Formats: sequence, C-alpha cells, structure tokens
Amino acid sequence: MELLFFYLVALVAVLSGFLVIKCKSPINSAISLVMTFFCLAVFYVMLNSPFMAAIQIIVYAGAIIVLIIFVIMLLNLGPETKARTTHALAWGSVVGALSILKGGAITTVTGEITDEVVLQVGHTELIGQAMFTNFLLPFEIASVLLLVAIVGAVVLTKKEV
Amino acid sequence: MFTVTVYHYLVVSAILFSLGTIGVLTRRNAIIIFMCVELMLNGVNLSFIALSHYLGNMDGQIFVFFVMTVAAAEAAVGLALMIAFFRNRESIDVEDFNLLKW
Repeated sequence: MELLFFYLVALVAVLSGFLVIKCKSPINSAISLVMTFFCLAVFYVMLNSPFMAAIQIIVYAGAIIVLIIFVIMLLNLGPETKARTTHALAWGSVVGALSILKGGAITTVTGEITDEVVLQVGHTELIGQAMFTNFLLPFEIASVLLLVAIVGAVVLTKKEV
Repeated sequence: MFTVTVYHYLVVSAILFSLGTIGVLTRRNAIIIFMCVELMLNGVNLSFIALSHYLGNMDGQIFVFFVMTVAAAEAAVGLALMIAFFRNRESIDVEDFNLLKW
C-alpha cells in the first residue's frame, strides 16, 4: 500500500518536473514546480521528517515561488521562441546514470536517531538540538549570508547606486 | 519486497536532478533556468533526507536546512540580477548575456 502511494507521488513529481522543463510559458513552469515541491513535501512526511516538509512548503512553495511568479509578472515575459541547440539530452542522461549508480555504495550503518526516537522526542526538537549545538557556527554563517543577500538584492535593483 | 526502500527515493532524486540538468542546458529563458536549478537542489535534498532517515543520522537534515537557506538567498539575488539585466537589455534570454564574452 505504501509502495503504491510512493509510486503515485513519484509519478506526479517526475511528470511535473518534466513539465517544468517542457512548458513554453514561464508561468506554467512555475505552477508545475509548485506541484513538484508539494510531492517532495509528501516524501519528507513519508520519511518521518515533518519539520522538513513544513519548511519545504513554507520556504519553497511559499516564498521562493511567490518571488519567481512576481518577477515573471513584473517582466511580462511571453513564451520563448526557440530552444537552444545543445547536446543536453545526452549530458542529462549521463548525469542521471551516474547519480543512479551512486546508490550502490550505501552501507547499512545505523545511527542512534531511529524512528522511535523521532516519534518520542519529536522531529523539531532533534533538529533544534543538532542545529544549536553541533552546527552553531554554520547556523550563524547562514544568518550572515541572508543579510548579505538582502543588502545585495536591494543594491542590485536600485536605479543608481 | 513491497516496502519502500532508500533506493526508490534515490532513483526519484536522480530523475529530478537529471530533469533539472536537461532544463538548465536546453532552455533560453533565465527564469526557467533558475527554476531548473531549484529542481536540481530539490533532487539533492530528497536524497539527503532519505539517506538521513535510513542511516539514522540527523546531519543530512541539517544540511538540507542550509541548502534551503542558500536557495532563498540565491532566489533573492538571482531575481534582482535578472531585473537589473532586463532593465538594460529588455530581455532575459541567456543568449543575450554576452557582455563578458570575447
């Protein structure tokens, strides 16, 4: 049953991912991208990571897609006329084959964060514990990065600096 | 046999990543290329979370958190760049991005 549900969600995710790269109009691509993000959020719930699913919906399907659609509307883009001629399909297949091959080397080492621990302690608590102890420095660097991005976006879109 | 294994998730993630790669290489519209980059990042995120779940380790999920932070920063700066470019050239076709070409 779970496998059937997985295949359904995977089918929708791959189909909408395909539509992202095939739609002529940028708006249609953006809507398909939202669909892919929702499918990935469903996967995250199936993988016992509800916090990540919530972040996926809020940050990706919420903030980033709204920004993209806003810019598409602002620039008033029409459908593009012709595609670039590259050997993209071959390169994409090479990348796909390589990334499927990477699955061969997975060990069966299991750490201490099992499903029972996640259910007992709570996913958000575990994330918070890891982030504010082991990953405190990357967390601070990420906040500086966001500040730089805010200032950079404001500076770039100003008429004269 | 009838349970979802980590390999199922890895295959989906590989397919999404390759779709993103093909999109980046074939499309001309800079915003669609940007969306394809987001698709590639999401493919990687899925494999991070699947492996994190199956190996019983939290580090992969923290990494996904940072990938999302960087993606948000990238969205802000990248779209600002596109607006600045559109103001100069009246287009965001990547074939017109030739100011630094020689």
